[in-house]
Amino acid sequence: MSVEQAILIGVLAASGTYLVMHRTLTRIILGLGLLGNAVNLLILSSGDGPGEPPIIGREGDFTDPVPQALVLTAIVIGFGVISFLLAMAYRAWTIDGNDDAEDDITDRRLADQPDEETT
Amino acid sequence: MSSLLPLLIAMPLLGAALSLAFIRSRPVQRVISLTCAGATTAISIALLIDVDRNGTEVSSLGGWRSDIAINLVADRFATLMLTISSTMLLAVLVYAMGQRTDDERSRFYHPAYLALIGGVCGAFLAGDLFNLFVWFEVLLIASYVLLTLEGTDGQIRSGTTYVVLNVIESFVLVTGVALIFAATGTLNMAMLPERLAELPDGVRLGLNLLLLIAFGLKAAVFPLYSWLPDSYPAAPSPVSAVFAGLLTKIGVYAIIRTQTLLFPDTNRELLLVIAGLTMVVGVVGAIAQSDMKRILSFHIVSQIGYMIMGVALGGVAAISATIFYMVHHIPVKTSLFLVEGIVEKEAGTSSLSKVSGLARRSGPLAALFLIPAFSLAGLPPFSGFLGKLAVVTEGIDQESWWIVAVALAVSLMTLISMLKIWTGAFWGAPSPTPVPQSVGAAAADDAGDDGEGDGVLRNHGLMAAVTTGVVTLTLAIAVFAGPLYRFCERAAIDATDLRAYAEAVLP
Repeated sequence: MSVEQAILIGVLAASGTYLVMHRTLTRIILGLGLLGNAVNLLILSSGDGPGEPPIIGREGDFTDPVPQALVLTAIVIGFGVISFLLAMAYRAWTIDGNDDAEDDITDRRLADQPDEETT
Repeated sequence: MSSLLPLLIAMPLLGAALSLAFIRSRPVQRVISLTCAGATTAISIALLIDVDRNGTEVSSLGGWRSDIAINLVADRFATLMLTISSTMLLAVLVYAMGQRTDDERSRFYHPAYLALIGGVCGAFLAGDLFNLFVWFEVLLIASYVLLTLEGTDGQIRSGTTYVVLNVIESFVLVTGVALIFAATGTLNMAMLPERLAELPDGVRLGLNLLLLIAFGLKAAVFPLYSWLPDSYPAAPSPVSAVFAGLLTKIGVYAIIRTQTLLFPDTNRELLLVIAGLTMVVGVVGAIAQSDMKRILSFHIVSQIGYMIMGVALGGVAAISATIFYMVHHIPVKTSLFLVEGIVEKEAGTSSLSKVSGLARRSGPLAALFLIPAFSLAGLPPFSGFLGKLAVVTEGIDQESWWIVAVALAVSLMTLISMLKIWTGAFWGAPSPTPVPQSVGAAAADDAGDDGEGDGVLRNHGLMAAVTTGVVTLTLAIAVFAGPLYRFCERAAIDATDLRAYAEAVLP
């Protein structure tokens, strides 16, 4: 792995983590996208010899094709999950006009318990 | 027989596609789902018998050499889990159909459910780490859809936590898989043990921890459990029944697989502490709750602790105890949630402060609850006692006294919180039949036979029949514990014997 690649992965992962810490689902989704890209780059860098074609049987060196297959699969899965999350964010927005991730519902129920019992 | 392995995955997934094509016709969707789920169960049982007789079956997809192919590996451990899971999936499917109006309402229920079946089968059969991740994703995405099926406010809220946490878990898992590939050059679980053994201890520990964090979140072990009690209760009852019974156990399955196969010589002291904390935190959480679904959800966490305890103790005997525990736990937990579904349907809520006196209205329903509840707590004649006995005996053999003490104390506390449900929902004077908020039809039905004892079960015939079937299965596990336990021992040998696994996969 080259230094540039390592720095890029680090920056992507750090900014992704920062965004995921937010309450707004849209930002979390953006953060997850960045994190996903960081992970995908990491997979790609796990194969050696960048710059060579991934074909066996040619003259000279070739790149390990497995990480490329893995990264393709991971990208597709990430795409699907993020589309689903976007749909959820949209749904949350149509329900109550914002897409904030709410408090832990269990805690809130427990806090509300006395009211529940009196009614 | 090995040619049947890809069918276990392909059939439910094709069924899901077909089910989407017939999205306008509920009866066709039902037939497709029943056929696929039934056939999956049948194939699993046939495989179970075959694998027990002839040893591990391997299917290398696409006819590639098995060291570079995508392998599906069915040993005794995998087929046992497959059989019990597909049986539960089939049972819950029938139960969901018996609900008449409720959750099956969404046209996407059947396709998502079939995709879930395919993902579960794939996760059990995966022969390499990356495909384990892929099948995990398949079942997770199906579970996202099932959890947020109705798109109500509550479901979206708890679904957000569930989806975001699981996506992050996937990233951790992929990172682990990528680093393992970078370090060893393979992901094939038959070749990994040898190559991992050559790595320096520190690197191996790091890789192991990455996998443990990822699967630990899936299994809801101690620091990573908080999403579970928050999200499962929001799902419709049949969905949460199958989640509660299966999904966390697939996490445990993956932990067992990776711990026994890839990292057999790790020091598991930390895991043992985590197991203890998982048990305690889960049961304490359960005692604090006042909603049936929530109590049961916290118990999942607590019970996972026992399984992790078995893994942490290590060795063939402890692993076989864990496998037996899992086999017992899946139907018990499922049946508790199925009973909860009937209660919720009947009373319109699962809040213990609003339901009462169900025992007087329906004795059989009370019995259906009590049997798995006692089993969960580990009272003697039931399967839970045998499972706990096996795990605890192993703890005593290995002289880990404190974990034994914790396990026994938690078992007592489990009983206390089960009694809380019992006194809350089943004991006492019957509350006047409240009008169920969600279903008008059921209310109209039982207004007629309010005075009769078993109106509750007769109103929900199919649901009650399925629940009775699953409860009978838990009793059967207790009755046939001897042969089953011997099978679990053979499964544990399969799971821990690295050389046999490698020989079966790589001819």
